[in-house]
Amino acid sequence: MARIFIIGNGISGVTAARHIRKLSNHDITIISSESEYFFSRTALMYVYMGHMRFKDIKPYEDGFWSKNRIELIHDKVNSIQFNAKSLVLESGKTLNYDKLILATGSKSNKFGWPGQDLHGVSGLYHLQDLEMMERCSYDTSRAVIVGGGLIGIEMAEMFHTRHIPVTVVVREKEYWYNILPPEEAAMISKHIREHKIELILNTELKEILDDGTGSVGGVVLSNGDKIQCNYVGLTVGVSPNIDFLKNTTLETDRGILVNAHLETNIPDVYAIGDCAQLKQVLPGRKAIEAIWYTGRMMGENVAYNICHKSISYDPGIWFNSAKFLDIEYQVYGHVPAKIQSPDDSFYWEYSDGKKSIRLVFNKESHQILGFNLMGIRFRHEVCVKWILEKTILNDVVQNIRLAFFDPEFYKNYEDSFVESFNQQFNQQIILNKNKTLNHVFKFLTQK
Amino acid sequence: MLNHSNFIRSKSLIRSKFQVILITIGLGILLGIFCLAQFTQIESFGLLVSLLLSISLIIIYYSKTLYANLPEGIKNNGVWTGTLTGRGVSAWILGVVLTCFYILLYWFPHILGLSSSGNTGIIGFFDPLSQFFKNQPASEWFVYGTLYTLAIILFGIKFIWKYRHNKYQLLRTISVIFFQTAFAFLLPEFMLRLNLPFNDFKNMWPLNYYFFDSWHLEELMHAGNIGWFMLIWGLAMIFLISPILTYLYGKRWYCSWVCGCGGLAETAGDSFRHLSDKSIKAWNLERYLIYSVLLISVVMTIGVLYSYKTGVNTLLGINTYEFRKWYGFIIGAAFSGVIGVGFYPLLGSRVWCRFGCPMAAILGIQQKFFSRFRITTNGGQCISCGNCSTYCEMGIDVRAYAQRGQNIVRASCVGCGICAAVCPRGVLRLENGSADISTRTTQLKTIHISEDSLRILN
Repeated sequence: MARIFIIGNGISGVTAARHIRKLSNHDITIISSESEYFFSRTALMYVYMGHMRFKDIKPYEDGFWSKNRIELIHDKVNSIQFNAKSLVLESGKTLNYDKLILATGSKSNKFGWPGQDLHGVSGLYHLQDLEMMERCSYDTSRAVIVGGGLIGIEMAEMFHTRHIPVTVVVREKEYWYNILPPEEAAMISKHIREHKIELILNTELKEILDDGTGSVGGVVLSNGDKIQCNYVGLTVGVSPNIDFLKNTTLETDRGILVNAHLETNIPDVYAIGDCAQLKQVLPGRKAIEAIWYTGRMMGENVAYNICHKSISYDPGIWFNSAKFLDIEYQVYGHVPAKIQSPDDSFYWEYSDGKKSIRLVFNKESHQILGFNLMGIRFRHEVCVKWILEKTILNDVVQNIRLAFFDPEFYKNYEDSFVESFNQQFNQQIILNKNKTLNHVFKFLTQK
Repeated sequence: MLNHSNFIRSKSLIRSKFQVILITIGLGILLGIFCLAQFTQIESFGLLVSLLLSISLIIIYYSKTLYANLPEGIKNNGVWTGTLTGRGVSAWILGVVLTCFYILLYWFPHILGLSSSGNTGIIGFFDPLSQFFKNQPASEWFVYGTLYTLAIILFGIKFIWKYRHNKYQLLRTISVIFFQTAFAFLLPEFMLRLNLPFNDFKNMWPLNYYFFDSWHLEELMHAGNIGWFMLIWGLAMIFLISPILTYLYGKRWYCSWVCGCGGLAETAGDSFRHLSDKSIKAWNLERYLIYSVLLISVVMTIGVLYSYKTGVNTLLGINTYEFRKWYGFIIGAAFSGVIGVGFYPLLGSRVWCRFGCPMAAILGIQQKFFSRFRITTNGGQCISCGNCSTYCEMGIDVRAYAQRGQNIVRASCVGCGICAAVCPRGVLRLENGSADISTRTTQLKTIHISEDSLRILN
């Protein structure tokens, strides 16, 4: 029986703990300085907006951990003695481990702007960021949010629901332009403005101004404009939270370097989740992926490896999802922001300007590569099967209904979709009407 | 410094606050007239109808101010911080008022003015409307039925406005409004006018616990063909129609599309759906309570039928009529009415449906073991945010299943579809399929390593 310590109680750490418990009888301890119990980081915004209480974003009841013999320590790890296999906590305690899992997550990026450490500047990643936003909300006349990514729009929505005027400053020409293809990016930009949130494009932050008391008083933008505000949200991405591991024997780059078995260069030390950087990047993937489900998969994976059932990490076909105010977004497979040869794509947009489907395919072979959905839900397994089986575009279009995952009775847009495809590609595809769950099963089980 | 749109935004905020104050004052005045009717003798068809109409218009106007100017989408901002929806002072006041109303209605209707020698008070105030429908003075049940139906219609309109982007919610709400208005209210009232037995065709044993009472059976059998039709229809609902529909679509066909209790919970109770208790403790309590009530209602019905058949009033030493009376008092009135609706603002909108309704218990067993229905989890997209669990009025911890990638089949699920609506990542879908009927919940889609052969699952 080994003593296993996990630093970090996010989705990666707790998934590792849960699976180790399933597979073994080891002593498991999770250490976190952020919160006593695991909570869903992605749901912090809903607490601020009053959709949920903090206790509602804890996926497990508090009794779950002791019931499963997973010890929780609410403390900060100050340093790790890899040679002695020990951890030194802020409380002064020293703990000895047999195996160590680093799941320390991310921290919000700051790019050296003047004033970036003033009171009233934060990202949105940690529970403490939420508390900061909450404190600042009482006397904020305007919030400025810098960055055109997933967290930025969440933050904008949060302030907006409290009737605090919001300005979003984005470097690119449309929202999330470096990830979304142009039409989808433009759709989101438009939707942001529809909510009466001010969106300034093609502009960067230059400086955050002090109001004279050490708090935010305003910002200066790259175009010379000044905006008066009391809060600045920095949402220009996250990077691995590994500062306390620098200058140790642990091999790091941007993140903690791990092999396919999620092992670091030091025996019995593993790294998973946002803080891990894969030495061998998998096709269609990135070396560091700060995503909920990859954290979960790595947690599961490392549990097997620790319990001597070693297996290489493989998250499979890329997928992700988000929600931009009222528009949901899903992606499956390969969908680059700039679609160029040998890729090509078919884009269809519904007349309300809030729903779209993009199919990315290989120009030569016409094999399907990816799906990009706005305001429309698709079935994960169906999309993955189409991609893995290199299905021809025409077959996908004809059977598109098999992928539909919108609630029952939703608008029938498939005729318009197929019609538009036939026109653009000069085809005569007739939509396959099969769409019941039994048809989906038949498709999914067929070899 | 640039002048940005602060000014316009704060003006719209002030306007919406002003509207809320206006609405509150308006409703206060109208409710004041109601109270006035309790203490004075008002019998005016015109005044009653214009009062009900004014209340309707105000609630519709209120819904409009809430949702009409916002883009389509989920509207849960401030739900937990509001005083009415977040168990604040207003919630307690409303809870006490509703509970008092139910206590008066069930056990002290004479205080509300019910009298065999001519109604007074609030019940008397409704006499002209009752005369209009069926040429009879109002009863406390007529007053209750009118207000109940009006609540479902008006808050149904509010609900439709709120979820106008979601056609499932739209159709479901139109359906409960229709069944309440036509089948539970208008049709029975007109049948009384025609001297036919009062019958709500959609109400089914054991929710309709008097169905097998001797007086009810006698009434139906002495009402000629139409009575026999009602009797056979009632039996067909229990033994044929309901099992088939539940097999095809799950219990939602009844609980969130047809049922009156469900109808009120989904419309007037929508603002309180998140208050249901999601703890495992509550789930355990639910299972003990609801199946106990089912057992008691079955025993009670057997007793009543036995007495009807044999004329003997005791079965195994228990007086069947006394038993029936106590069932009506504790389960039929106290549980379903006082706790079920009175406690909406404190315990959530489906307390009766979840913990007490014997009909829901039967449909739940069918749903669990003999139904094509399930809520599908979409692959690995779940981010464990908890919106689904929070907004589940039945207190199901939907997230516990979704984050495992497991389909959800729970006896209590009424298929309202709100979990799927509030999910920000498109993870949940209500579906029916027979192909995998026995293995609906076995697959765990977020587990991607197979334990036996150590391979990555697809």
